[in-house]
Formats: sequence, structure tokens, C-alpha cells
Amino acid sequence: MELVNLAVKSIFIDNMVFAYFLGMCSFLAVSKKVSTALGLGAAVIFVLSVTAPTNWLLNEYILKEGALAWAGPTFATVDLSFLRFIMFIAVIAAMVQLVEMIVEKFAPALYGALGIFLPLIAVNCAILGGSLFMAQRDYTIAEATVYGFGSGVGFFLAMVALAAIREKLKYSNVPDGLKGLGITMLITGLMGIAFMSFMGIDL
Amino acid sequence: MKFLRDLLDKQKPLFKKGGKLENFYYAFEAGETFLFTPNHTNAIKGAQVKDAIDLKRMMITVVIAMIPCLLFGIYNTGHQHFLATGQTAGLWEDFGPKLLLGLQLVLPIVIVAYAAGGAVEAAFAVIRKHPINEGFLVTGMLIPLVVPATLPLWQVALATIFAVVIAKEVFGGTGMNILNVAMTARAFLYFAYPAQISGDQVWTYLGDKAPVDGFSGATALAVVYNAGQDGVVATKALAEHNASLQSGLFEFWNLFMGWIPGSIGETSALMALVGAVILIATGVASWKIIVSGFAGAYFMGVIFNLFAGNNEYLAMPAEYHWVIGGLAFGIVFMATDPVSAAQTEVGKWIYGFMIGVLTVIIRVTNPAYPEGIMLAVLFMNVFAPLIDFYVVKANKKRRLQRATV
Repeated sequence: MELVNLAVKSIFIDNMVFAYFLGMCSFLAVSKKVSTALGLGAAVIFVLSVTAPTNWLLNEYILKEGALAWAGPTFATVDLSFLRFIMFIAVIAAMVQLVEMIVEKFAPALYGALGIFLPLIAVNCAILGGSLFMAQRDYTIAEATVYGFGSGVGFFLAMVALAAIREKLKYSNVPDGLKGLGITMLITGLMGIAFMSFMGIDL
Repeated sequence: MKFLRDLLDKQKPLFKKGGKLENFYYAFEAGETFLFTPNHTNAIKGAQVKDAIDLKRMMITVVIAMIPCLLFGIYNTGHQHFLATGQTAGLWEDFGPKLLLGLQLVLPIVIVAYAAGGAVEAAFAVIRKHPINEGFLVTGMLIPLVVPATLPLWQVALATIFAVVIAKEVFGGTGMNILNVAMTARAFLYFAYPAQISGDQVWTYLGDKAPVDGFSGATALAVVYNAGQDGVVATKALAEHNASLQSGLFEFWNLFMGWIPGSIGETSALMALVGAVILIATGVASWKIIVSGFAGAYFMGVIFNLFAGNNEYLAMPAEYHWVIGGLAFGIVFMATDPVSAAQTEVGKWIYGFMIGVLTVIIRVTNPAYPEGIMLAVLFMNVFAPLIDFYVVKANKKRRLQRATV
């Protein structure tokens, strides 16, 4: 039950995009079409739900203060948490490489459509944010996995919804100066208001 | 009529191309088509849709459907004041003064909303050279109905301008917006000036008079929420609330009738239903959204009943969700907005149902918001295009299958 609550919380209440404004770059850039948004969203879900537990292991057994105690008494006081950022990013980059190879092999059309934004997931702040929040909040490994997955789903939902809106926007008559990113930012803000509906729910 | 037509025809050359006031052509055109159905037809090319109703006629139907709510709201505003200050208890006593007070409070809000919305609309029309969109006729009426009568007028103006510009004009005007404009205005007020639109003090106008002993300005939503917190049976808490003013103020039928404090036009489920009948009979609103919206709220209410445990709010009979708060008004007038709702027929069922479900979820589980309909409508507005996308996709898939067999 705890885990279900955490999943709901990370999807709707602590939505990566609307609660923390993380992962904005790909959120704005790859949301022109629902099909590509679906692809990138799925990639983000995968990367988040793999990196969160991997980074949890890394953090728990290597980086945390006193985490190296298993290697012998001399290491018991070592604190490597200053390496957190770089280690987390290394793990994320490796995972993204994996995803990239898979997508290129099995869905070349999607690979073409995602273009630069697929490798850029490696520096997507939503993903690093997922790992850092997980470390900061002292989740257990099960919680970390669920949290990673939930955050990914939240990002996915937000992005697909935005993509559907932008497809509908083709029928709108947006002023020239606002076309493209300008109107997308406004929509994001308005979507943020809508997502406020869940803020404050205490699970 | 003939006189009006002549008058307009005489002025027309001024606004035509090359006339002195050609820049204001669309302002003129708005007035003209407001008064007379335009008799121009499209060039005979491509597909033609022939229909007696145009956008203006459609919008004015919605305004007419809202009039029962408005009149009721005006009288109820006065009635609540007289009730809370202990001047009269009977519903129809002091009819004149109550009506007058209600008019004094409500009319300025309506006028300000129309003036602010209309001015922005006209400015955009003249600058962007598009015909004046009639959406603001509806928006300007909806906004006053969903705010409390005590709201400062400058906030009404600010919210109207914000919503018309950010939620509508940047998308190109009526028919192109993503979110419901009136709900955006209310959400803007709710997050920018919570003190004037939430809490227990704003729903009843007291003026400089002292309220009677034991008066509490809480709405039915607040009462049931607190009942859930304190472990009091919800219906009992409702029945006993403000008993010193009027026994059974929050009993089911009074809630249904709407003689209760709340935003101006949304207290009465009955009047919302009258509006719904008008909208459905004229074909302006989708009955699917209305039916599925009420069904969704009831469904979620029943689900919560099953998991109630010792939380009395969860255990509240599901039909109460229909009559407390602005659910009925929101579903009838906000959710059915044909622009921001789902467009596909199957999508409408899903969309309406989810609005009902979400409203009850937000009401019951989210302590930050006593009422959920506003954010539920906005939330589903955001997801309506996605629902449509998948409905269309499923439709295509089904038809393709049929074609290959």
C-alpha cells in the first residue's frame, strides 16, 4: 500500500514537470507530435526506473558516509558522497547509451524522430533529479524503484498530454510572435494550474 | 427592426475598406451580426454545412440557459444576507429588499466582467483583424456566477482580463482555446487571491451588520469536510449546521434547491438542471458529458462509501456530492464547453465521467481544496485532446480491420 501511495504521489502530486519544473528541455522540444512524445516518454520511464535502483545500490554501498564498511574497517569512515553527482550521471549516461542502441535497432523511425534528444536524456534533469531525490529522501530499494518508475510515468503523461494539445493547436490562430515555444510555455503554465488539483493531497 | 437595419446600413460605408473608420470594421461588424444574422454565404466550393444556428446564436443560447442561475443567485445573495444577519427567516419575506440587495451586489460584478472582457476582446479584434468573438458573452456571464458576491470588483476585472488574454486570445480567440476560460479566471483568483475566494467568511455578504449568534459562514463542503475530520456523521453535521438561523439549512432538499451560501450562481443544483434542459434541448451542450459527469461523481461517491472505514466524509451518501458545492453548475456549464471538452463521442463519455470522478476525489482527499470541480474541469481540459487522439486512433484501427476482412 505504501508503494502504491508513493507511485500515485510521484505521478500526480510530485510530478517532475509541474511540481519541480525538471526536464523542461525535452518536455518542450519533443512534444510536437504524440507519437514521438510517446517514444521519448517511454524511454524516460525506462531510464528512470533502471537508474533509480542502480544509483540506489551505488549510493548505499559505495558513496554514502560509512557505506564502504563492508570493504574493511579502514574504510568505515570514508564519505564519498561528494562524488554523487558525477557517479549518478555516469550511470545515467550508460543507461541512456543502452536505450539508444535498443531504439536504433528496433525502432529506427523513432530514432530518427527523437534525434538529438535521445542522447540528451543523459543530461535530462528529471532523471538526475529522480536519483538525487531518491538519495535525499532515504528510500529503500523498492521505494526507489517505484519512485523512479512513477516519476517517469508522470513525465510521460505530462509530455503526451502536451503533445496532444500541440497537435490540436494546429487549428488555432496563435499570434506570430508566440508561435512555437512561446505558446508552449504558456500552455505549460496553464497545465501547471490544472495539475495543482493534486498538490496538497497527503498520502 | 427596419429602423435599426437602415441605421446600420447608413454607417456601413464608414467602416468599409477605404472608409474613415476602416480600422474599426470588426467592432462594427460585431454589433451588426449581434443584431442581425449575417446573410452572407461562403463561396460554393468544397463541403458546405448548412445550419440555421451560427456562433452568436449558439453563445446566446448558453447565456439564456444561465439566466435562471443568475436570477436565483441574485435573490439568494440577498436572502443569505438577511438570513445571516437575522433580519428575516422566511424565504419569501422581504422579497423586494432582498432582490434589491442582490442586484446591488451581483450586477456590478456582471457589468465589470462584461466590460473588462469586452474591452480586451474588442482590442484584440481590432489589432489582429478578426471578427469579435462572442465567447466573451458566455465567459463574462460565467465568471460572475462562479465567484462569491463579496469579491472586490478589481479582482473580477483582473481575473477576466487574465483569462481572456492568456487562456483564449493567445490561442486565437473563441473556439481555439485549450482550457475553459471562466474556470481559468476562477483558478487564477483562487491561487492569486485565496483570501477573497476561499475560507468561511466570503460566501455570505454581511455588510456592516453583525451576524446572528451561532452563525457560521462555512459552505456545505467545509461542513462535511470537517465532519470527516471530527468523526461526525456527515449528513448529521449538515442537518445541524447553522440551526440557529434556519433548521435544516443544509438538508438535502435545501441543498438541491440552493438556498445556501456559496458562489453567486452555483448553489442551486435545480437551476443548473433547468439550464441543462435548455442546453440539451437546443443541442448546444452534449448530454453525454452531463450524464457521465453526474454518473462519475456518484460512482466515485459509492466507491468511497465502500472504503469509508471511520472517515465520515468518505461515508457520506453519494447523492450528496451532486448537491453540495458547484458540481452541478460546473458539469452543466463548464464541462460541456464545446471547445475545451473532448470532441469525439466516445471521448465525451470518458471526459465527463473523469470530471465527476476527479471532483469527488479532490473534494474528499485534498485538504487544500474544499471543492474539486474547478480543477477537475481544468485537468480534464488538459487531457481532452489526448483522449480524442486515442479515440480517433482506435476508430481508425477498427475501420481498417473491417476493410481488410
